[in-house]
Amino acid sequence: MRTIKGKVWKFGNDISTDLIIPGKYKFKTIDFNELARHAMEGADPNFASRVSKGDIIVAGTNFGCGSSREQAPVVIKHSGVSAVVAKSFARIFYRNAFNVGLPVIECPEVVDSIREGEEVEISLADGKITAGGKSYAFRPIPPFLMTILEDGGLVEHFKKRGGFVWEGR
Amino acid sequence: MGMTLAEKIISGKIGREPAPGEIVVLPIDAAMAHDGTAPLMIKSFEEMGAKSVWDKQKAIFVIDHISPSSNEGTSVLHKMMRDFARRHGITLYDVGSGICHQLLPEKGYVFPGGVVVGADSHTCTHGAFAAFSTGIGSTDMAAVFASGKLWFKVPETLRVNITGQFRKNVMSKDAILFAIGEIGADGATYKAVEFTGDSVVGMTMDSRMTMTNMAIEMGGKTGLIASDAKTRQFLKGRTRACFVELEADRDAPYSDELEIEAAKLEPMLSCPHQVDNVKPVSDMEGKEVDQVFIGSCTNGRVEDLRIAAKVLAGKRVKARTIVMPASREVLLDCLREGIVEDLVRAGCALGVPGCGPCVGGHHGIPSNGEVVISTTNRNFRGRMGNAESDVYLASPLTAAHSALNGKFTVPGGI
Repeated sequence: MRTIKGKVWKFGNDISTDLIIPGKYKFKTIDFNELARHAMEGADPNFASRVSKGDIIVAGTNFGCGSSREQAPVVIKHSGVSAVVAKSFARIFYRNAFNVGLPVIECPEVVDSIREGEEVEISLADGKITAGGKSYAFRPIPPFLMTILEDGGLVEHFKKRGGFVWEGR
Repeated sequence: MGMTLAEKIISGKIGREPAPGEIVVLPIDAAMAHDGTAPLMIKSFEEMGAKSVWDKQKAIFVIDHISPSSNEGTSVLHKMMRDFARRHGITLYDVGSGICHQLLPEKGYVFPGGVVVGADSHTCTHGAFAAFSTGIGSTDMAAVFASGKLWFKVPETLRVNITGQFRKNVMSKDAILFAIGEIGADGATYKAVEFTGDSVVGMTMDSRMTMTNMAIEMGGKTGLIASDAKTRQFLKGRTRACFVELEADRDAPYSDELEIEAAKLEPMLSCPHQVDNVKPVSDMEGKEVDQVFIGSCTNGRVEDLRIAAKVLAGKRVKARTIVMPASREVLLDCLREGIVEDLVRAGCALGVPGCGPCVGGHHGIPSNGEVVISTTNRNFRGRMGNAESDVYLASPLTAAHSALNGKFTVPGGI
């Protein structure tokens, strides 16, 4: 979990949850594999059929804006994507991603220098992304969110610990 | 240093002054999920092995997004919600009750100083009642249903201060579209947006809810308005909660401020396919429109339908026009006032109280190349169910005048 390596799919700014998983699908089923067949459909209709396990999405600002649908990070994760790197995220998407166990990294500096198809490496523990032979630092993920991520999302976290990490606060 | 409205509400819960950026755990006063998010919430809740809902009086389900169901898949998910609600003894507002964000205040779940979470991004609407209210995902909601608490990062606050009189043809929708155009779709990310100024004080609760509803369209965590006599009047007989009037301190620290002179605003449009792509209606005047939708949690209240009815009474729409009241209570008020009759006689199609075509599931999906004027809150590509259509967001007044002419029309006065 702590080191992630993969091939990049690039997207622009304001990739909304309507582009990630159009509303018309999410009202009909909660079968994640069925929903994942439509991952990123609004932004790139070929994405779901061509994405490989371990690939990384790199995008601009405000990724995941729009509705609160958790199906958005779910379909990205179930399509095989191992992490999303963006200049910035919409806040509900950001929370949801950790809750479903999808690592998301805010690193505005690295995005423009990464090309589609390039291999990048992310070290979650060190807060470092390596692309094109260069290293970029990002603000480390807060420890309690890291705990949820390492447990495999909020459901697994609760099952494992019988409570929520923030309850002790 | 004084506190912003968001900080005041949070401090009321934790018993001390919070610092922006700090993570706090807050007890929840109302938690809502709808048919787009509850099924996944139920799945997470059950997979967690949670046994019971923390407080049956504070957990609410609403079937509003695809309501009534349009297909078998949705019907299965609706049944899943009804079964869960029955099993756990929580309230479910079924088909025809209305939109969650209209129902929560109507049914008394929202009050000044309360903390409200909804598995829907437009939960920020309830900040119009000086409640700290924000959208969360399904699994966060499962955690709330199980424990009654959730973590939040204390937000900084962006203030939108609106002063002076609006022109006769300008509504609060035009003001919020203008503000989103200025701030941008992500300009308020992680921040609370507080609406202040004498123009906001002068607004009805219906108009205020339109403003806070769209705070999320600039990335805001919640939209907030100080409570006053109007808030109290609306909540009278609805909530049993005891509350005090809440407003920000005079010396509250704001991270950013936007000043708007109401008198300078004109009717606005949000153009395809981004909410922050905002232009005056006059830029588009005369462009043909195929479908008009008046409704939603943004603009489906009595005031909105009353304004549309005033424009359309005794006349005939030229564009296909769909009207949906935001709730059963709104529909009943509109029936009593004769608003429904005026709209239906003018050729509008009246729908069941609910979200309708706003989310693109049913009840008015546009065809390829069609142009829609909608009083809703989002115009992302594909939002109304067809990626090949163009959706423009506008006020009910602009929508009604445009429906009448079959063309984008700068409205006359109310």
